[in-house]
Amino acid sequence: MHSKTLEVTVGLFMLAGFAALIVLALNVSGLTFSESKSSYTVYASFENIGGLTARSKVTVAGVAVGRVVDITLDKDEFAGVVEMAIESDYDQFTTDTTAAILTAGLLGEKYIGLISGADDEFLEDGAMIADTQSAIVLEELIGQFLFNNVNE
Amino acid sequence: MITWLRILGKSGLGWLAVNGRAGVFIVNTLCAVPNVRKGFPLLIKQLYAVGVLSLPIVVVSGLFIGMVMSLQGYSILVDYGSEQAVGQMVSLSLVRELGPVVTALLFAGRAGSSLTAEIGLMKATEQITSLEMLGVDPLRYVMAPRLLAGFIALPILTMIFNVVGIWGGSLVAVDWLGVYDGSFWANMQAATDFKIDVLNGVIKSVAFAFVVTWIAVFQGHDLTPTSEGIGRATTKTVVYSSLAVLGLDFILTAVMFGDF
Repeated sequence: MHSKTLEVTVGLFMLAGFAALIVLALNVSGLTFSESKSSYTVYASFENIGGLTARSKVTVAGVAVGRVVDITLDKDEFAGVVEMAIESDYDQFTTDTTAAILTAGLLGEKYIGLISGADDEFLEDGAMIADTQSAIVLEELIGQFLFNNVNE
Repeated sequence: MITWLRILGKSGLGWLAVNGRAGVFIVNTLCAVPNVRKGFPLLIKQLYAVGVLSLPIVVVSGLFIGMVMSLQGYSILVDYGSEQAVGQMVSLSLVRELGPVVTALLFAGRAGSSLTAEIGLMKATEQITSLEMLGVDPLRYVMAPRLLAGFIALPILTMIFNVVGIWGGSLVAVDWLGVYDGSFWANMQAATDFKIDVLNGVIKSVAFAFVVTWIAVFQGHDLTPTSEGIGRATTKTVVYSSLAVLGLDFILTAVMFGDF
């Protein structure tokens, strides 16, 4: 084969490889270069986080507005403290916002649902959401159900 | 009894010697820094032979593997009403495991065996000896371009395999079986992490490329220069590199994804 054609073919081959890597990065793993989209941090402590993990979604009315960054244990209260990064575009959450851990479908992933309140002041960077609703753990529900049945 | 011991000792020593030769070979070849101006055309030629010519088999297998996984995954997941998870199943299994491993196995069969046979035939027809007589280092002009071409080609082939496989998966799931394409891609993007999944897959394929090409070129370099020897070495290349890829894959997976 002519050496110029050979070089061009190999060049195309290499290019196809890099293009494939870029497709994998952007399309498949959803890597965005605007990763450092400005966000602010809000905390919420739950009695039971039940399967919530870092990178879980934070939603309002089902629309994703941020991500869970970190989950730590409050050693004094034995509560799970969830650190959330919420995009700066959505900065109008009132101070009496409630946070609940919800499940997508019966067995799906856990995510945080925020419901804004009626207060005049908005949550600021580093604020703590006071009103929280823990994850519903299926085993506990079944336990309670059985216990009530026995009591009757 | 003594005979058995002797046979065992002989084969053990022989095995050690082969390993030693393989180690010396790779170090010598990689240290024989090629002349960039003269070596580059050689590398391009080998990249064409090893990489571009392996493209058809890689693309076709990737397409069908992606399609089959999508079909199988759908038929299981649809029972639980979670057929949207097909996307993440296809992408995670391809990017993490099947892509690097299957491509390496195909590469061993398609390119590795031909590398061994080619070098073996060069040795049998005394082309290698002639090069030495001419004062040309065969390690630098025959082995090194082939090794480097293998190292470069396999990771690229793996990336292409992954993309084609995922495309095939979406073809079956979205276009044929009617999974909603928004949730197909969104689930995939939510589940696949660039660093953890994609980059670890690339690291795997680089490791496989090293091992497979090393085995192929060394087997060609080390064989007995007869037609029988070439046949045996070619078989050895495919068998050894397949085993090495699968074994190495387990170790790499344990290191990358095992939580300990």
